[in-house]
Amino acid sequence: MNGAMLFPWVGIVLCAMGLFAFIVHRHLLRRLLAFNVMGSGTFLVLVGLAQDGRGVDPVPQALVLTGIVVAVASTALALVIFRRWYRVSGHARLPEDV
Amino acid sequence: MIRVALAAAACTTFAFALAVALLERPVPAVDLPAAVAGTLGASGVEHPITAVLLNFRSYDTLLEIAVLLLAVVVALALHEAQPDSPDRMGLDNPLLRAVIGALVPLMLLTAGYLLWAGATRPGGAFQAGAVLAAAGVSLRLAGVALPGFEPPRLWHAGLALGLAVFLAVGTGALLAEGGFLAYPTGWAGALILAIELALTLSIGLTLLSLYRLAPPNADDPNAAVDGSARDGRHGSEPVATGRGGAASSDEDEQIGMGGDSPSRPDASAPP
Repeated sequence: MNGAMLFPWVGIVLCAMGLFAFIVHRHLLRRLLAFNVMGSGTFLVLVGLAQDGRGVDPVPQALVLTGIVVAVASTALALVIFRRWYRVSGHARLPEDV
Repeated sequence: MIRVALAAAACTTFAFALAVALLERPVPAVDLPAAVAGTLGASGVEHPITAVLLNFRSYDTLLEIAVLLLAVVVALALHEAQPDSPDRMGLDNPLLRAVIGALVPLMLLTAGYLLWAGATRPGGAFQAGAVLAAAGVSLRLAGVALPGFEPPRLWHAGLALGLAVFLAVGTGALLAEGGFLAYPTGWAGALILAIELALTLSIGLTLLSLYRLAPPNADDPNAAVDGSARDGRHGSEPVATGRGGAASSDEDEQIGMGGDSPSRPDASAPP
């Protein structure tokens, strides 16, 4: 494992941490943060794998750039929906189904 | 406890599967960096990432701006369905206004540079749009009313501009060259710059709109409980979140964030 492969390994750790927080926490804001940590881990895996000894690969970098834009937009939309839900319900979490 | 243990087990399994996939990854069948470098001369731009984003894989960027438009349309629909109280946001702080007055021209300049630099070096439409949106958000924090949001027609047109220009260029290329988004030879650079210009405006406006379309703190359901905080508020004052404590006993039920205006040391002081 050379130095360039550090990024995908860190990305895997971030993915696992994000998934754990996403499952454990019920507060919607924390879940959104966990979702973003997990997304960052995915981006790190994608970009880091592309550095595998053959120089910089622009295709995964462009994919990740597109992914970041979509992640930003979805986070903003989730925050809008979250604040509207909070406004109508007064709660920062969803009611339990079970 | 069982919940945490199960979550930990799931995450360990997930990380293990990812690690195995990373260790056992196949050798790429196509040498993509070489393919990009080989056709870079015909792409109209000199930076490989911009070339991938707006020429080789321009469908990605087209769908990306469509997703952004979709997000803001959903936020607009929610805004229509749930009317907000009048927007009273803004810190009436002369220092903040002075700093923002000095910063915003520089931010606009930076956005223009990033857009232009995207052809030859790192930069591009999203980075420029993000800087534009940041300028808009700081203006909003300072309480400066931006023109063009009322009536909303111009605003909505700006939101749709990026996708519209992208689709128009793609359809034009389809009619002229026989392939959707297949730029004619020699025109690629100019067309990419036109698309990026429209994308920058739309991305900046989309991010700013999503920020504006969240309900203001005045509509906080827990703030409505104590009416004195709501009525005794000065027009230009920052909105109190009304978390005096009486409204909700479970701390986890609180929204847990300040909300729209960032610097508000006295927000939690009971009236």
